[in-house]
Amino acid sequence: MSMTITQPREMEVGGRNYLNADNTVLSWLLTTDHKRIAILYLVSITFFFFIGGLLAALIRLELLTPQGDLMTSENYNRVFTMHGVVMIFFFLIPSIPAVLGNFLVPLMIGARDLAFPRLNLASWYIYMIGGFIGLWAMVTGGVDTGWTFYPPYSSTFSTSHVTLTLVALFITGFSSIATGINFIVTIHKMRAPGLTWFRLPLFIWAHYATSVIIVLGTPVVAITLLLVAVERVFKLGIFDPALGGDPILFQHLFWFYSHPAVYIMILPAMGVISELISCFSRKRVFGYHFVAFSSVAIAVVGFLVWGHHMFTTIQSVYAGMVFSLLSFLVAVPSAVKVFNWTATMYKGHIELRAPMLYAMGFIGLFVIGGLTGVFLASLATDVHLQDTYFVVAHFHYIMVGGAIFGYLGGLHFWWPKMTGRMYPEGIAKLAALIIFAGFNLTFFPQFVLGYLGMPRRYHWYPEEWQFLHVMSTSGVVLLALGYAIPLFYLLWSLRNGAIAGPNPWGATGLEWQTASPPITHNFEQTPVVTEEPYAYDNHHVQEETAIGAGTRQTDA
Amino acid sequence: MVQEQGRQTLSIQFDTPEQQTESYIVGMWTFLVTEIMFFGAVFAIYLVYRVANHDVFYLAHLKLDIPLGFFNTLVLLTSSLTMALTVHFAQRGDARKQLLFLLVTMALACTFLVVKGFEYHHKYVEGLIPGPNFRFEPVEHLRVAQLFFSLYFAMTGLHALHVAIGVLVMAIMAVLIAIRHPSVQDFVPVEMVGLYWHFVDIVWIFLFPLLYLIPR
Repeated sequence: MSMTITQPREMEVGGRNYLNADNTVLSWLLTTDHKRIAILYLVSITFFFFIGGLLAALIRLELLTPQGDLMTSENYNRVFTMHGVVMIFFFLIPSIPAVLGNFLVPLMIGARDLAFPRLNLASWYIYMIGGFIGLWAMVTGGVDTGWTFYPPYSSTFSTSHVTLTLVALFITGFSSIATGINFIVTIHKMRAPGLTWFRLPLFIWAHYATSVIIVLGTPVVAITLLLVAVERVFKLGIFDPALGGDPILFQHLFWFYSHPAVYIMILPAMGVISELISCFSRKRVFGYHFVAFSSVAIAVVGFLVWGHHMFTTIQSVYAGMVFSLLSFLVAVPSAVKVFNWTATMYKGHIELRAPMLYAMGFIGLFVIGGLTGVFLASLATDVHLQDTYFVVAHFHYIMVGGAIFGYLGGLHFWWPKMTGRMYPEGIAKLAALIIFAGFNLTFFPQFVLGYLGMPRRYHWYPEEWQFLHVMSTSGVVLLALGYAIPLFYLLWSLRNGAIAGPNPWGATGLEWQTASPPITHNFEQTPVVTEEPYAYDNHHVQEETAIGAGTRQTDA
Repeated sequence: MVQEQGRQTLSIQFDTPEQQTESYIVGMWTFLVTEIMFFGAVFAIYLVYRVANHDVFYLAHLKLDIPLGFFNTLVLLTSSLTMALTVHFAQRGDARKQLLFLLVTMALACTFLVVKGFEYHHKYVEGLIPGPNFRFEPVEHLRVAQLFFSLYFAMTGLHALHVAIGVLVMAIMAVLIAIRHPSVQDFVPVEMVGLYWHFVDIVWIFLFPLLYLIPR
């Protein structure tokens, strides 16, 4: 690639960085800087995370007793639906890609910005419009269909704000699509000189695979949800059996996106974990190529497994068998990742910093979440476990134990890069341990409850299950505490944290070779990459990690 | 030529005009992939129902106006030709001919929409709009025939929306070219509109036989 610089680049020196480049509110709302847009997303999704968390707390509070004493069944339906909608569409799907991905993709590949900065800003506005329409629907009455919106209940019978919520999700989908297109083009076209595909950090591979899923899956669910809304408003008969339609067809189309959507949430987290494990073990990622291609394999096979959500419908048993086998197949690339992370840690110089605690927590919880997924992918077992708390526990192990642990680990790891300040290590480790304990206390009892037959989406249950429900609810108290602590110390660190310096972890990777926080256009000179990623063993990284401990030479 | 034009429009995030051009083209193709999946879902829904209800769909599709549909197919195919010529003259740097063929393409697109509007109006007069006033003989097929027309309006409506967006974008392009705005100095914006337009055309090439030409 030629190094011709056809336009003089803005040089910011003397402590100028992307945060203090301009301080007006307008400069934030009209920014096209990927780092500032990442911060906008960070604030927005944190807002939605705490709304979703509040709804989760209401669910658990209601389940403390076997009777429905806090709310009516109708309201309970609304609360768990809105918890699911907010957490999935407004928090988990944008979480790692839109915050960490937005911030890091250009930095990691040595680019000045994403390929389409204005599209990137537009994606945030689209997300906010969708988010606020969704909030409006909730405040004015809520939605009670479950986050899955199965017709004919959603299209004909529900009296809640289904149409408005569907419109909100339709709009939000386009913000995902914009981000996905931006990442694909950026990763293809904007890599620094010398940064070949197999020199890319695994974080980038994971985001590439995620973007492919977003681009292929999101339009399908967008049009499907829109058709449900159209059916509801105009009384057309597309999915309603009373009007000639087939509700199972909706389920096929919904899960064609919504199963891969699970991988939209977990793949970026896996990318984060690869970075953390390698850095805090001071070792190359074991079997780099296998880990890279396992992301692609999960993206591809993930599109062929949706029928495992429909084993108990009229779906043909032969189709069920195929879907079951293909679902087992996803376990292979997932296991490749887990084994390779473990092998990376083997004989490494492991440093138990807060991000590493999250990473190790991720591996353990993901193994439990993944293996229980194999139980659910088995036809006979699923008939017993379908729509029980076993399913609820399984996907929370993936989405909270996996995606949120990856998100929090990554947020702590790159916090010094994003803000220039270190978070306080001691209390961060404490919070990580509280979250781990609270998480397991909340969700492990739900496996047992599900095995015993407790159905999801009910708030009345036999008294003999109360002990397990009380355990689960008390876990939420810990979990809430664990989530609240980082909110305070991360905000505190913005002013009072130790100055981080460019590379506080002694990590490899281009993002650590520029200042913290980076200048508006990321690098003083376009970096040139001359070696493999994670070359920790090529260099003796000292305890104190001086500037330039980075392992790649810069073309100065 | 590219260098000369690139000097005016190179964005800060790109190193070279080539990189910028390639990024925009790859971005447009990726966007078209999302569009394929968007329409693909509706096509899949339609095909599932058509296979399941072939006989009634056959009866229902006889109500469609094949000559008008065929005329519209010709109009759209011609508009793809004129759009290709627009891009050709944009690459040659001939602003006058570029503008001329862009306007012809717009005129053809509007023709398509007008004809489509007449078709919709005929359906309305014949009581074929799904809903309480939907009429179909024989009555025992009414429910499935209504399904066919629901899909017909959903699919052609979604396509017509894309045509309308295309007209809007082309109108903006035409104004920018007419005032010699720097952002349309090189051919990339026109090429991107061209890719979009060919996509819209191809969707119709699938829609026409799927909806209008169901074999007995």
